[in-house]
Amino acid sequence: MGENGFWLPEASTALAGEVDTLFWFVFWVSTAIFAAVIAAKLYFVFKYRRRSEQDVPTPVHESKVLEAVWIVVPTILVLIVFTWGFDLFVQLSSAPPDSYEITVRGKQWAWEYEYAEGVQTAGDLYVPVGQPVKLNMSSVDVLHSFFVPEFRIKQDVLPNRYTSVWFKAENVGEYTIYCTEYCGTAHSGMLGKVVVVSEEDFAAWLQKQNEGLPPAELGQQVYNTQCAVCHAIDGSRKIGPPLNVFYGTERVFTDGTSATADDSYVRNSILNPASQVVEGYPPAMPPFSALSAQQVDGLVAYIKTLE
Amino acid sequence: MSQVNYLNHDKSLKSWLFTLDHKRIGIMYLVAVSLSFLAGGILALLVRTELLGPGETIMSADAYNQSFTLHAVLMIFAFIIPAIPAVMGNFVLPIQLGAKDVAFPRLNLASFYIYLAGAAIALTALVVGRVDGGWTFYTPYSTSVGDGILFITAGVFVMGFSSILTGLNFIVTIHKMRAPGLTWNRLPLFIWSIYATSIVQVLATPVIGITMVLLFLERLLGIGIFDPALGGDPVLFQHFFWFYSHPAVYIMILPAFGIISDLMGTFSRQQVSGYKFVALSSVAIAFLGFLVWGHHMFVSGQSAVSSIIFSLITYLIGIPTGVKVINWVQTMYKGSVWLQTPMLYALMFLFTFSIGGFTGVMLGVLAVDVHLHDTYFVVAHFHYVMMGGNVIAALGGLHYWWPKMTGKMFNETLGRIAAVLVFIGFNVTFFPQFILGTRGMPRRYYDYLPEFTDLHVLSSLGSYILGVGLFLILGYLLHSLFRGKNAPANPWGALTLEWTHTTTPPDPHNFHETPIVTRGAYDYHLAPELFGGDGASGDGHGEEAEVSVPSGQATS
Ligand code: HEC
Ligand SMILES: [Cu+2]
Repeated sequence: MGENGFWLPEASTALAGEVDTLFWFVFWVSTAIFAAVIAAKLYFVFKYRRRSEQDVPTPVHESKVLEAVWIVVPTILVLIVFTWGFDLFVQLSSAPPDSYEITVRGKQWAWEYEYAEGVQTAGDLYVPVGQPVKLNMSSVDVLHSFFVPEFRIKQDVLPNRYTSVWFKAENVGEYTIYCTEYCGTAHSGMLGKVVVVSEEDFAAWLQKQNEGLPPAELGQQVYNTQCAVCHAIDGSRKIGPPLNVFYGTERVFTDGTSATADDSYVRNSILNPASQVVEGYPPAMPPFSALSAQQVDGLVAYIKTLE
Repeated sequence: MSQVNYLNHDKSLKSWLFTLDHKRIGIMYLVAVSLSFLAGGILALLVRTELLGPGETIMSADAYNQSFTLHAVLMIFAFIIPAIPAVMGNFVLPIQLGAKDVAFPRLNLASFYIYLAGAAIALTALVVGRVDGGWTFYTPYSTSVGDGILFITAGVFVMGFSSILTGLNFIVTIHKMRAPGLTWNRLPLFIWSIYATSIVQVLATPVIGITMVLLFLERLLGIGIFDPALGGDPVLFQHFFWFYSHPAVYIMILPAFGIISDLMGTFSRQQVSGYKFVALSSVAIAFLGFLVWGHHMFVSGQSAVSSIIFSLITYLIGIPTGVKVINWVQTMYKGSVWLQTPMLYALMFLFTFSIGGFTGVMLGVLAVDVHLHDTYFVVAHFHYVMMGGNVIAALGGLHYWWPKMTGKMFNETLGRIAAVLVFIGFNVTFFPQFILGTRGMPRRYYDYLPEFTDLHVLSSLGSYILGVGLFLILGYLLHSLFRGKNAPANPWGALTLEWTHTTTPPDPHNFHETPIVTRGAYDYHLAPELFGGDGASGDGHGEEAEVSVPSGQATS
């Protein structure tokens, strides 16, 4: 009924396609009625424009039939749209029983995932194509909301309760995840990606996650998903200082003390940032106590490789 | 001007600050809400400028997040909610009723100072704590960043208290102080809509007070209500918030309906089509408006059954609103349409408000809302309703009653140019935001992906055009105060009492003798001798136009 592209992004699940059909139905019916109202308005403005101060308009006897039409027709249209929207909403809310389940945690300002196979990642959500996936979500701090435009799904993520969404991706590809419930300074940086891969690639990916990576590579992965919101590695300033220039230098803190940036300084900065707040920056870094020892070691190794 | 009027009978500052005259209180509100609008508008321009490109353009993320929040708080609580009822309601309502003042003039003055106090408390929030994340202040985020939220809710409640008192005052005035002959069926539709608005103000505002008390209990005594860390439920806050704020949407839009009805009738020289329907549906909407708050929360985790019921009732409200739009268009049928500046705003309203309405229907469709919720589509939708509805109508009303309020005519040519600039600027600003939203751009984003850049730039350019238009209005209105031509008593040839039975500007006591009303507010066909004139009986000295009332038409 309409064309995706200008208005809507690609629809990457079957259900998204159905939502679009409804969207286009409402869109075109509304546009048609709107155009008719505006056309009538412009016609009346022209036809009955004031010709002289003495104009004496004719009183109009209101037609009850017309009045009834104005009420009945929209009511019928609206009931159609309502039932249709309701039906799809129920489908959007009920995940098939054979769904592959993944635990999702939202936190300021990143998405973390936990797979049944024991794999934990963040940022990119790997899923197999053609298989219903159900996300069981919760937040560790404030409200967030999980939104993937190409799947037409969105669900608030709450700190005190589990919520869930499901989708069945039709095509291999990458789709942006947005946080759509305001959650503080870097709300607009709380992005991620759904990476849809084939069954085999997915199995291989899971496999690889379980074997250890070299420390610096692991560190780089953690950096990309958890630190890049606030730290650049090209020497520029974001919310926090760049991570490629400070190592080995003398750091001055807001309480007036100072220290040389060595391995334990980096480690302390990650696990207990409030204890040494770099001069000139806000104390905005949260403690990353949930990182595993390997991940922290990896980060230290990775930061040392940066120039 | 030689004759004594409400502006010149005593010019001391004290006579203004302690005035009990509804007209002067209205003017003081006009100054106060205009300042809020100016401040909120400048913040909007800063926000749009920041969004000219992804990443940092002119300010940091925190500054941005606080700017759009302050913009929203100022615009909604300090400007839109009080604007039409407190300014035009105060100035016009008693005169349209043929009364000397509102029922409780002292309470009226108290409302004004309570409003100022509320605004001051809300602004303190910015000093004592950070306030960001938009006007909805969802917990637990809002309570996690300090005590700002307490001051904001306290400020909103105090301002709300002011609107409770104003609403109460208007309800009593409308019931008790109508001139002889001014039956309910003859009331100007502006009065009807202020009446409906007042009901909502009186009933809804206490809820925000309750919310405030609960927030205080939680912060000060550690009782878990909204904070999950204490065992509370953050979604409960959303229910409270929207239980007040959705009816508040009707506080914002119903008065606009009233102005548009008056303008369409006056400038088409025609009985407003479906008068009774328009009047009574406002009251119906006021009540139904209490039952739809949950449509803001379809993806919040509330139960699916509630979502479905809320969606259904939302449609029930949508239909009478749509029928009103058709009625306004029909009013021009066989009329004599006079395209003066106020009418341009009324016609503009029909365009922008209809878009706001239709996109509202799209948002009410459950499955579609899931995609559009919390994206720029919503931002565009409520700006089309709030600005394209309320603000455009308020501008129409301001131009319409400006001669009566000030005794001066503004420059009509500049008025039309500004109206065109506002129309273009408004649509260029907000229409691209619909497209941003359907494409998936979330709201309240400081930074965005490069693919959204073009539409954001277009929207920002539109906001500058809009800004130029609004500053032009400010300029020629102020200029008219000093250089404008003196206004006749009834420059638009209208039939309501503020035009036909008072001088311009009105006498301190409005009328010398109580007017006697013999016809409806829009019975243009009955009185050809009053057309386009200078308020034939406008000196307020008792001369009533004798009008024969054809049988069968007496009460319609
Ligand atoms: C919310 C934004 C934010 C996030 C996310 C964040 N940081 Fe920070 N970080 C900061 C800020 C702000 C500072 C400076 C103030 C301070 O020292 O606490 C900082 C300081 C640091 C420092 C000290 C740098 C110096 O110049 O001495 C290191 C090292 C660091 N962060 C590492 C990390 C690592 C590793 C991660 C990811 C696990 C991370 N940060 C995530 C905001 C953040
Ligand atoms: Cu978020």
